[in-house]
Amino acid sequence: MSDASSAVDAVERARSATSQSPTKAYTFSRNYWAFAAPGTLLIASVIVFPWIFTLWMSLHDWKVGGDHAFVGLANYFRLASDSRFLESLVRTFWFTALATLIPIVLGVWAAMMFHRNFPFRGLLRTVFVMPMMATPVAVALVWTMMFHPQLGVLNYLLSLVGIPPQLWVYHPNSVIPTLVMVEVWHWTPLVMLIVLGGLAGLPTDPYDSALIDGASGWQMFRFITWPLILPYVMIALVIRTIDSLKVFDTIAVISQGGPGTASETLNYFLYLQAFQFYNIGYASAVVVIFFVIIIALSLLLLYLRQKSKWTT
Amino acid sequence: MAAPDVSQSMFGAHVAGRSLGARLGLWTSIAFLVSPAILVFLWMLSLSLKNDIDNIAFPPVFIPKPPTLDNYVNVFDQNKMMQYFWNSVLVTGGAVLVGLLVGVPAGYGIARAKAHRTAILILIARMTPALSYLIPLFLLFQVLNLVGTIWALVITHLVITIPIIVWIMIGYFEGVPQELEDAALVDGATSWQSFRYIALPLARPGIVVGGILAFIFSWNNFIFSVVLGGKNTRTLPSAVYNMLTFEQLSWGPLAAAALLVTFPVLLVTVIAQREIVAGLSAGGLKDG
Repeated sequence: MSDASSAVDAVERARSATSQSPTKAYTFSRNYWAFAAPGTLLIASVIVFPWIFTLWMSLHDWKVGGDHAFVGLANYFRLASDSRFLESLVRTFWFTALATLIPIVLGVWAAMMFHRNFPFRGLLRTVFVMPMMATPVAVALVWTMMFHPQLGVLNYLLSLVGIPPQLWVYHPNSVIPTLVMVEVWHWTPLVMLIVLGGLAGLPTDPYDSALIDGASGWQMFRFITWPLILPYVMIALVIRTIDSLKVFDTIAVISQGGPGTASETLNYFLYLQAFQFYNIGYASAVVVIFFVIIIALSLLLLYLRQKSKWTT
Repeated sequence: MAAPDVSQSMFGAHVAGRSLGARLGLWTSIAFLVSPAILVFLWMLSLSLKNDIDNIAFPPVFIPKPPTLDNYVNVFDQNKMMQYFWNSVLVTGGAVLVGLLVGVPAGYGIARAKAHRTAILILIARMTPALSYLIPLFLLFQVLNLVGTIWALVITHLVITIPIIVWIMIGYFEGVPQELEDAALVDGATSWQSFRYIALPLARPGIVVGGILAFIFSWNNFIFSVVLGGKNTRTLPSAVYNMLTFEQLSWGPLAAAALLVTFPVLLVTVIAQREIVAGLSAGGLKDG
């Protein structure tokens, strides 16, 4: 290949890039794959290999350090009749519903507030965002101390306003709402940031007209802002759903799935099966089910992202 | 991709300047929203600066008098904190560095080749729970005799850093106009030169954002080190978790350790808050 031909090639490529419908041959240039190759190779070995291997393991009766035998779909049938698994599944959905909806409401509210102008906005926004970045294990330790029924600061604060002491994570009925509270504390800022990104792209004209027409603040929110930020709220909703399904650190530190199994969610059940009971084949089946849920939600997320691009 | 800095917004100006009532509502809301964060972090600090008698006093002692650094001394004396800190630096540093080295070109390749399916794969990798990678990788490291080594941790942390860096870089490279690179190619530049001297400098903000987020999520990761870390190779989060089981009511040292673990991340958050806000409101993704 001479220089001339590669120059022609380049001109061709430039032309195809600027034309309205670039042909597949040019957009799928092999050169680009050279850039992606090392990354793709690493992703294949540390990410895709585990996926496939997990699928394979899920079809086996497999203990760490022990023998493994092919059992077909037996692990999946066992899951379907394992009440501990089914209960953890129901618990996870309940936890996820709360830990998704509450941050959405608070996060949209926070975004509306931080979208305004006020003194120290940058500083206060940084403080507001800090919980999201803080190491979950470290924060969970502090929460554990705050939840202490006799000596914890939370019961003291409640007593100041006349509310009787709570058992927080030490009672099966209150453990999930309490863990939800920690999760809300951690992740409301993420919702805020996503919605704030949406608010930043809003046009100003509708507000000017609405103001002239005498619309109230609530009407402007309900009929102008809300429809426009809805795609972003939906994105936040899906991300929160996925993240809540995966909650682990907080539970591992604060309640260890207890009392009893009252806070054993899907991910914690998975951890116990794999690394406490060493039922690797069985745990792999849980991963596969988990994975199916995550893929479905990720595709939904992708669809919503596309949609939000069109609207802005 | 721009940071959602909205100080120019008409809407913001209208409402903020409207009335005393509106302003009161705004500040009440802000106080309500920000106070939980302040409460937890200040309580963490307070616990870490008090002796154990004050820490388990009821009603609680809020302001340490006098504040003491004994808990911090204690943590360093009784634990190999420097070792754990160094482990965290090695694991997170290694994973972020490798993540950037392979992730930035990969993001470029995927963005330019418009490889949407690969992008979806990256997104799914990003969303999958970290725990689910752990079983096969654990078995693999057993075979390779790597369980308990720093290497095993660096490799598993790539599961966190690569997807986030690639994902963010795809977004940034898509924002670099193809025409600029086409012009360079016409002038006889190679694909590498066009990447190195045109696309890469223009996407530099993305590298900063991706690097910072990868650092934070890798630093905060806990489960990999719990399962794969050895006595001398565990990272800070799992080291602190281990202290919990030994010192049930010794709150001062625990709070001091917790603060030390999360301090680097909070510092980065404060310094780079603009980049973080840009990255998260654009990508809107976190780790598993």
